[in-house]
Amino acid sequence: MKILVIAEHDNTDLHLSSSSAVSAAKELGEDISVLVIGNECREVAESAAQLDGVKEVVLANHEVYKDLLPENLVPLIAELAADVSHIVAPATTFGKNLMPGVAALLDVAQISDVIEIKALDIFVRPIYAGNAIATVQSADQVKVLTVRTTAYGPSPAQDSAGITDCEIVKAQSKAHFVKEELSVSERPSLTAASIIISGGRGMQNGENFVLLEKVADKLGAAIGASRAAVDAGFVPNDYQVGQTGKIVAPDLYIAVGISGAIQHLAGMKDSKVIVAINKDGEAPIFQVADYGLVTDLFKALPELEAAL
Amino acid sequence: MKVIVGIKRVVDPYVKVRVKADGSGVDLTNAKMAINPFCEIAVEEAIRMKEAGTASEVVVVSVGPSQAQEQLRTALALGADRGILVESEKPLDSLAIAKILKAISEKESADLVILGKQSIDSDNNQTGQMLAALCDWPQGTFACKAEVEGDQIVVTREIDGGEQTVRLSIPAVVTTDLRLNEPRYASLPNIMKAKKKPIDLLQVSDLDVNVDSKLKTLAVNAPEERTAGVMVESVDDLVCKLKTEAKVI
Repeated sequence: MKILVIAEHDNTDLHLSSSSAVSAAKELGEDISVLVIGNECREVAESAAQLDGVKEVVLANHEVYKDLLPENLVPLIAELAADVSHIVAPATTFGKNLMPGVAALLDVAQISDVIEIKALDIFVRPIYAGNAIATVQSADQVKVLTVRTTAYGPSPAQDSAGITDCEIVKAQSKAHFVKEELSVSERPSLTAASIIISGGRGMQNGENFVLLEKVADKLGAAIGASRAAVDAGFVPNDYQVGQTGKIVAPDLYIAVGISGAIQHLAGMKDSKVIVAINKDGEAPIFQVADYGLVTDLFKALPELEAAL
Repeated sequence: MKVIVGIKRVVDPYVKVRVKADGSGVDLTNAKMAINPFCEIAVEEAIRMKEAGTASEVVVVSVGPSQAQEQLRTALALGADRGILVESEKPLDSLAIAKILKAISEKESADLVILGKQSIDSDNNQTGQMLAALCDWPQGTFACKAEVEGDQIVVTREIDGGEQTVRLSIPAVVTTDLRLNEPRYASLPNIMKAKKKPIDLLQVSDLDVNVDSKLKTLAVNAPEERTAGVMVESVDDLVCKLKTEAKVI
């Protein structure tokens, strides 16, 4: 049976999350088909065709798909799912916006945030902000999954698979794209960075994040934040690491002025090495840190910048 | 415009849950229960729409055990007009909840359904999107801003790269993210008034929906604990350990 992977992209670039989804799909079988829906996005399909394990890329290229709205994409994916055993998408805001609707149209359950595939019908996923891990079994004909990108590395390159065009057009007039305001940064993105330095409420204000930026520039690191820092308006929402923000697992995670609420730990505790800098020695973040430093962050950050 | 808000009874977000030793689930015996925080934001948004004159009636709906009336009563104290509880002792999956909400939305001729983007227990993040697909309504998920403009609603969504704004025709489904609003506290007079507001009790069987699930939980285990490492004395000590011991910089 075929495994259908939904590619995440912006009509220009294939996102790394799609590569992780293909890696997960490889654990489910060999007949992997990647579905690229968008407009003027043939280059995206060509990138997808070069991911190891991909047998075929299906390209639905039409101007109605330009804004990648679920109102267009969901019915198309559901229609193309007739002869597939699994549909796999990354557990990003893109994948999470689409997959439940696809499952509903197919009248099957959806399984979110898969971190381990135990069998073709048995999946492992965190619940209660990662304080419990559930193993679930699906008897549905089609299993509709979103997979945590941190649990599946990118798929290596291969010789290009073939690209098949899909001519189905799902037009709609109920939802319209207005605008997108994306953060532009020279730094690596949170989900792709191998080093992340995050600030919390202890940073006191947004201006002080410049102290983190200076360290990040030395390390080539991405900058993250706790929910407290985002809620306080220090930095935009897309900086948030945690249960409801981004789930990250870099080689090195440096938490600065972050107490370590359960919701934050849920988003970063799979990092390889965790460093915590906090002036409160009792902060829960120290219970998960490999290296802890109890000190005033306003003293430590300039020292750290100088020492690197 | 008639607004339906779905609310879920969950364990209080400040309670640290423990997994049962036999792996059958999470131990919620005597645990404090509350409205799921994202649902509370949904209730607040609907009440603000009513105060702004865009919503005519706010109906809160819950699917769950009869104790979920407590959470409905709380939502009524916050300002919702009436409640509906669809009683189900056994927990239902997201698709079943979406089917029930669809049946209620049709019965009530709802113009807008606002739900939390996810519940803090099962962390699924599914019901709103499923409801939208089943009803063939447009969806504005993970909303940090929602403004009604005539027969449309303009929703700003928190997405991975930043924010996206979409314009949806009503009827529509909106799911809330954390920063949509800050929910109010119920005042004592409103808590008293809420006692007189109606809550309709329904059984799943009163609605013509199939709530069978083919998804089965085999086990619930505690996560692997991360053990605390070492405390370092200085920044220089830290940098040295990261270079020579952890070898990550």
